[in-house]
Amino acid sequence: MRLRTLKEFVIEKLVFLSGIASIVFVALIFIFLLKEGISVFREIAPGAFLGGKFWYPVSDPPKLGILPLILGSLLVTAGAIVLAVPLGIAAAFYIAEVAPRRLRDILKSIIEILAAIPSVVLGFIGMITLVPYIKNIFGLPTGLTAAAGSIMLAFMALPTIISISEDAINAVPREYKEGALALGATHWQTLYRVIIHGALPGIIAAAMLGIGRVFGETMAVMMVTGNAAVIPKSLLRPVRTLTATIAAEMGEAVRGSSHYSALFAIGIVLFLISFAINVTADAFLNRGKRK
Amino acid sequence: MKGLRRRMAWGTAGLLAMIVFTPAAGQVKTIQIKGSDTMVNLGQAWAEVFNKRHPNVNIAVTGGGSGTGITALLNGSCDIAESSRLLEAKEIEKAKAKGIVPTEFKVALDGIAVVVHPKNPLGKLTIDQLREIFMGNITDWKTLGGPKKAIVILSREFNSGTHIFFKEHVIRRGNPKGPEEFSPAALLMPSSQAIADEVANNENAIGYYGMGYISARQKVVAVAVEAKSPYVIPALESVRANTYPISRPLYLYTNGKPQGVIKDFVDFAFSPEGQDIVRKMDFVPIK
Repeated sequence: MRLRTLKEFVIEKLVFLSGIASIVFVALIFIFLLKEGISVFREIAPGAFLGGKFWYPVSDPPKLGILPLILGSLLVTAGAIVLAVPLGIAAAFYIAEVAPRRLRDILKSIIEILAAIPSVVLGFIGMITLVPYIKNIFGLPTGLTAAAGSIMLAFMALPTIISISEDAINAVPREYKEGALALGATHWQTLYRVIIHGALPGIIAAAMLGIGRVFGETMAVMMVTGNAAVIPKSLLRPVRTLTATIAAEMGEAVRGSSHYSALFAIGIVLFLISFAINVTADAFLNRGKRK
Repeated sequence: MKGLRRRMAWGTAGLLAMIVFTPAAGQVKTIQIKGSDTMVNLGQAWAEVFNKRHPNVNIAVTGGGSGTGITALLNGSCDIAESSRLLEAKEIEKAKAKGIVPTEFKVALDGIAVVVHPKNPLGKLTIDQLREIFMGNITDWKTLGGPKKAIVILSREFNSGTHIFFKEHVIRRGNPKGPEEFSPAALLMPSSQAIADEVANNENAIGYYGMGYISARQKVVAVAVEAKSPYVIPALESVRANTYPISRPLYLYTNGKPQGVIKDFVDFAFSPEGQDIVRKMDFVPIK
């Protein structure tokens, strides 16, 4: 009997440690980012860093303005979300409410496959097929544009948005639907007057998580957006994102140089933005559950 | 259980003994190589292969710039300096004062080709025209006598030696500390291959890469120092003859005639295998 309580005690503690571990890791990562990144602000004021228009990190003296990079990331993300959110939500409704059972299973597994495609593969496909296509359709000087990045990222955000939205729709209590139908509402009226309201917090959370996925994506974006650090004027121009900048430059940045710490400071900016996105998503998810 | 523990104890003792006694038994020699950032990767690649042949030689390759390497050689803190330029007069004086005899080995060449789409009518440019294009001052092919189409500038990423070389020699016209920069609108491509692909697919693009990447899918532009001087196509011969303007020799410097393992290393760099590595790292072999 005592052995059993001991065993349970140990298991309990182990589970507790595993639970705590992720918090510890996040804290450690943030501390590390701060430690490596903060020293850039000894050379450049935070305002000049965040608002500077030129990114020439290896010049002497370096110009470390990341405004074009922030705007690049935001533009690509916005484009991806405009494409992926309506499509994803519509697909989720179709799968959850409209599609026949067999088709629904097939669709769900195909969406899982889409989620499993490595981003470098998507980026490569985008570079070969999408980029020349965009160039020809819009008559652009080059197809390596924010729009190409947005489309590739929309593909990557779709699985997240569809599966979480679908869960939210399925979580709407059956009585709501049955009540609406019993009152004489058509299927379509039930969908957009009743179910969508019940599922809305979950759908918003799905969109936010999709945004988080898109914002942090690196490889595919680096391959199709052209990586020019200019303040983007439209989706049809090349942009450089925060993530691509870190990925492209970290390999050779001299340790301890201002370039090195500037890249970590970009990491801090990314971390804070992703954190904000996830917190918002969480808030919506919890609000949905409380109802 | 007991037997296992004893065996583990012996095993650990054996391992410790190996760690403690190996260096003394094998007589490890070290070569310190320091200098040009452009050549760091080349030095590293040489060191890796050389190490397989001579496992008891420890090679440390570090960058910092040609000047750093030469200073280290003069201070006696490195055995081989990698440099992408010749010694300056000041450095030669300093060497004399210190009794050091820098010995020069021209071990490879670095030539950068400017390329456009094969359908681009433009075949030749001066350094000044290149500079205006890559700084974003000329934005349309029409200005250069081509079709009325926007120029798409392709550059390498900031960390690339090729990027820095092109900036210093074309955009800043040989003054590495100059204020000029690439146009912010230049597309920064992750690799020379990416530039090759985009130039091959885009008739508006202009890019540059190490000569190793030249292929029929791109058109190589002949470059002249001035409009009056001859336009030269980058090729092994023109880079070797130093008539192609965007090229430079790469040197190894040792103190006096190299001896022992240092001689072995320099010889290896000149061997067919070493020169093959030069080609693989996108430089022009000297032999």
